[in-house]
Amino acid sequence: MTMTDPTREAVPDQTGELTEMSWDPITRIVGSLGIYTKIDFKAKRVAQCYSTSSIFRGYSIFMKGKDPRDSHFITSRICGICGDNHATCSVYAQNMAYGVQPPALGEWMINLGEAAEYMFDHNIYQENLVGVDYCEKMVAETNPGVLDKANNTESPHASEHGYRTIGDIMRSLNPLEGEFYREALQVSRTTREMFCLMEGRHVHPSTLYPGGIGTVASVQVFTDYLSRLMRYVEFMKRVVPMHDDLFDFFYDALPGYEKVGQRRTLLGCWGSFQDPEHCDFRYETMSDWGRKMFVTPGVVVDGKLVTTDLVDINLGIRILLGSSFYDDWVGQETFVDRDPLGNPVDARHPWNQHTLPRPQKRDFDNNYSWVMSPRWFDGKDHLALDTGGGPIARLWSTALANLVDIGYVKATGNSVVINLPKTATKPEASFEWKIPSPERGSNALERNRARTYFQAYAAACALHFIEQALAEIRAGHTKTWEPFKVPDEAIGCGFTEAVRGVLSHHMVIRGGKIANYHPYPPTPWNASVRDTYGTPGPYEDAVQNTPIFEENPPERFKGIDIMRAVRSFDPCLPCGVHMYLGDGKTLRTMHSPTGNGITPAS
Amino acid sequence: MAHLCRELLLRASRVQPLYGRQRLCFPTRTVGSRTPRLAGLLTERPAQRRWTPLSVSTTERIEPDAGGSADEEPVVHILWINAGLSCDGDSIALTAATQPSIEEIVLGGLPGLPKVAVHWPLIDFESGPHQGADNFIEWFFKADRGELEPFVLVVEGSIPNEALKEEGYWCGFGNNPATGQPMTTSEWLDRLAPKATAILAAGTCATYGGIHAMAGNPTGAMGVADYLGWEWRSKAGLPIVNVPGCPVQPDNLSETILYLLYQVAGAAPTIPLDEMLRPTWLFGMTVHEGCDRAGYYEQGDFAVEYGSPKCLVKLGCWGPVVKCNVPKRGWINGVGGCPNVGGICIACTMPGFPDKFMPFMDEPPGSTVSTAASTAYGTLIRKLRGVTARTVDKEPEWRTPGREIKTGYRPTW
Repeated sequence: MTMTDPTREAVPDQTGELTEMSWDPITRIVGSLGIYTKIDFKAKRVAQCYSTSSIFRGYSIFMKGKDPRDSHFITSRICGICGDNHATCSVYAQNMAYGVQPPALGEWMINLGEAAEYMFDHNIYQENLVGVDYCEKMVAETNPGVLDKANNTESPHASEHGYRTIGDIMRSLNPLEGEFYREALQVSRTTREMFCLMEGRHVHPSTLYPGGIGTVASVQVFTDYLSRLMRYVEFMKRVVPMHDDLFDFFYDALPGYEKVGQRRTLLGCWGSFQDPEHCDFRYETMSDWGRKMFVTPGVVVDGKLVTTDLVDINLGIRILLGSSFYDDWVGQETFVDRDPLGNPVDARHPWNQHTLPRPQKRDFDNNYSWVMSPRWFDGKDHLALDTGGGPIARLWSTALANLVDIGYVKATGNSVVINLPKTATKPEASFEWKIPSPERGSNALERNRARTYFQAYAAACALHFIEQALAEIRAGHTKTWEPFKVPDEAIGCGFTEAVRGVLSHHMVIRGGKIANYHPYPPTPWNASVRDTYGTPGPYEDAVQNTPIFEENPPERFKGIDIMRAVRSFDPCLPCGVHMYLGDGKTLRTMHSPTGNGITPAS
Repeated sequence: MAHLCRELLLRASRVQPLYGRQRLCFPTRTVGSRTPRLAGLLTERPAQRRWTPLSVSTTERIEPDAGGSADEEPVVHILWINAGLSCDGDSIALTAATQPSIEEIVLGGLPGLPKVAVHWPLIDFESGPHQGADNFIEWFFKADRGELEPFVLVVEGSIPNEALKEEGYWCGFGNNPATGQPMTTSEWLDRLAPKATAILAAGTCATYGGIHAMAGNPTGAMGVADYLGWEWRSKAGLPIVNVPGCPVQPDNLSETILYLLYQVAGAAPTIPLDEMLRPTWLFGMTVHEGCDRAGYYEQGDFAVEYGSPKCLVKLGCWGPVVKCNVPKRGWINGVGGCPNVGGICIACTMPGFPDKFMPFMDEPPGSTVSTAASTAYGTLIRKLRGVTARTVDKEPEWRTPGREIKTGYRPTW
């Protein structure tokens, strides 16, 4: 049943030449993730990897019996960087359960808020968290030869972004001291202002409701948004070519780098940005309106688009317990045995899940994490889909589906074209994200590259949404919210893309109260553990067999290649990675930190 | 700037630095003997006065033993534990702060700041393995061994009750070397609280328990003060400092950190806190008192649908009884907020959050009486104001073309 590429299977610890190394917690992600690995230093590769989350909060438990209208306020608190994605997804699920369709203007405004979230979140993560792995200070400490080469390599797109050499780009990414690092941090604030113009507060919105949005739709709110958006569009005209130069350089400077973080292409995307002309939030029509989303939902396996149907996607979700700290719910009540179309719903589907925590010691030979193992059943196999951190799956699915064409963005069948208009100091520009070559596939650098392109994609979509919103206002349609009643008995589901990937919410209402609620954010997919069939989760899979390019000996080992692999998924959850080093000895614990938090180095 | 520096020096002469047992040597002087007592929470401190020089430099890499040598400027370490039951939203919020920004704090961009080293999982450079170089968690073990002095401990997330079960953990942060199992967040608190100069609880989870402490929760979650005890005092005599908000308003957090750093450096008096340990200047007023929709309330004019610019009380807004400055301060750079931009106040800064305010979208029970009164009074006021408003919305009648002047002036030509 193993779904991973057989050539990337974990290597059993038979030779005794593997050495343990662990990162717990991993910094520069959201939440606490631990990664535990065994490394073969002679062969310069990671032999085995386990990821673990050390936090349990119990949302699905304490939401039971609560008023369903509270669910978006509550579930927003699941995540502190993309909580609004949860609120939005919950509102989608509630709209379905209550049978309410927001006014078009309300939907455009939610789309604008969510677009701002992508623009903000990908920006801060890429430049202030991931970017540090590629900055001069880091590269100097892990691969000095690469830095020398970078300093002597002209940037192919220097005229577009202003950094003459790749070394200059790396210096600009140095924490706090780097000019671009500071600029990006500032951009993360103006984009959050854009977000707050629509959804009130970041990161837990104040103005989102089932039925629409409470923001007062004046011309002013759109002017304020648009002014900031155009500055961001101008920013992206520098950022896209700059990151292309940086990532292309790594392939060039370190031949074989495409293997870092590489994994079989098993990507899921649940779609993003509703089109109010088509979306009525009814389950019965979900297949149709799902395909009208401005990011097309889809499952991509080995480069092939398996489906774009949200009903298929919904029914295929399975929650396996695997090596996690929960009791099985076999024999417990089934809440939903048929979906509204009459299709059977599996007992392991989120609608029917029961969360039964069983706190216990962490044991890597048995149970070792609070993360379960979501899988997608294609009728034959339980696929360990990942999200690639979000953008690569969204762009890949949208490109292959070839359904989106709004001028500002256009799918072509094998790429996505992003057209940005003239801005204050730069002419119009067009960028094309292309599906990576099979040699590169879904790997660390391509996940990162897609992130930058998707920032531009979200900005381009926002241009479309603001035009639509202003057209509504100019036509006198200023209503943003539609009243509704909470039924006694109902079910609902919501699908969207959290910043770092697939997000679903499943709710069951009985007696006017929440009887069951199970959210599935991207990180449980990515950080999932070895499942019932022994299939490792995506982080584990992607880190295993990652080659080591770092030049440091084990005593001074940072594990930069592993960190790049893990961070490319944009982890957003408490977890960990353990590693084992070669020569058959476990390294002595060393206490020699040489950095000092975010205080810059001299 | 000169004035501000002088002001800080003057204030410094009145207040007490909180560097632990004064291992650190830096220019000092003793003046006066008045010790401030604020919020009735602190005991008298010895009358020794110190102040730090205003030259601040954080550009060199600080070695782990920094802060111990005789001729070095002291370093205040900020240790940030984000591994309570949290969403990391307060860490994210701090990156949004602009008044001041985190980079201004770290780079010494404000006068009088001590040298600061922030150990913050969210954006820390260090990310090496335990067995290799640059292991982030090592700073926390150093603090536990008493090798970091002084440090401020920031806690994010509620503290689950680990005593409820036989084994395992609800949440942890790094590993306990003795067991190889995750070191629980509550154990970190047990270890570090006695050594911290100050503890700052960031966000409603850490302050009062928040969303994860909701009725029916399986983890027994609570706030830091619930765990350590509301009477807890740091070795420097400071109570826990609570900055609630779900998430915390960005500038409320960065400003409180700034204040604490000034206080630790001896450049500000003890932080004034209310009975729930909130900074008084941030949480002394209600949402309603700062809300630009309060005028609608006064006139008895209430929204009946979301999306309306009117007062939201009847749609579930708890603003009249919630202590929070967001409608006045906005969310980020003055943009956004809650009732001021169309979002009901769900009371996310309050100790009773969330249970006492649910279901959020129902009218608060107490507001029916007050809104009825305001409707009766406000309807009349609105009518009278309408008369005045129509008058003042017109120009005086003399502003007209023609050959005659109507302003009252008598031409002399």
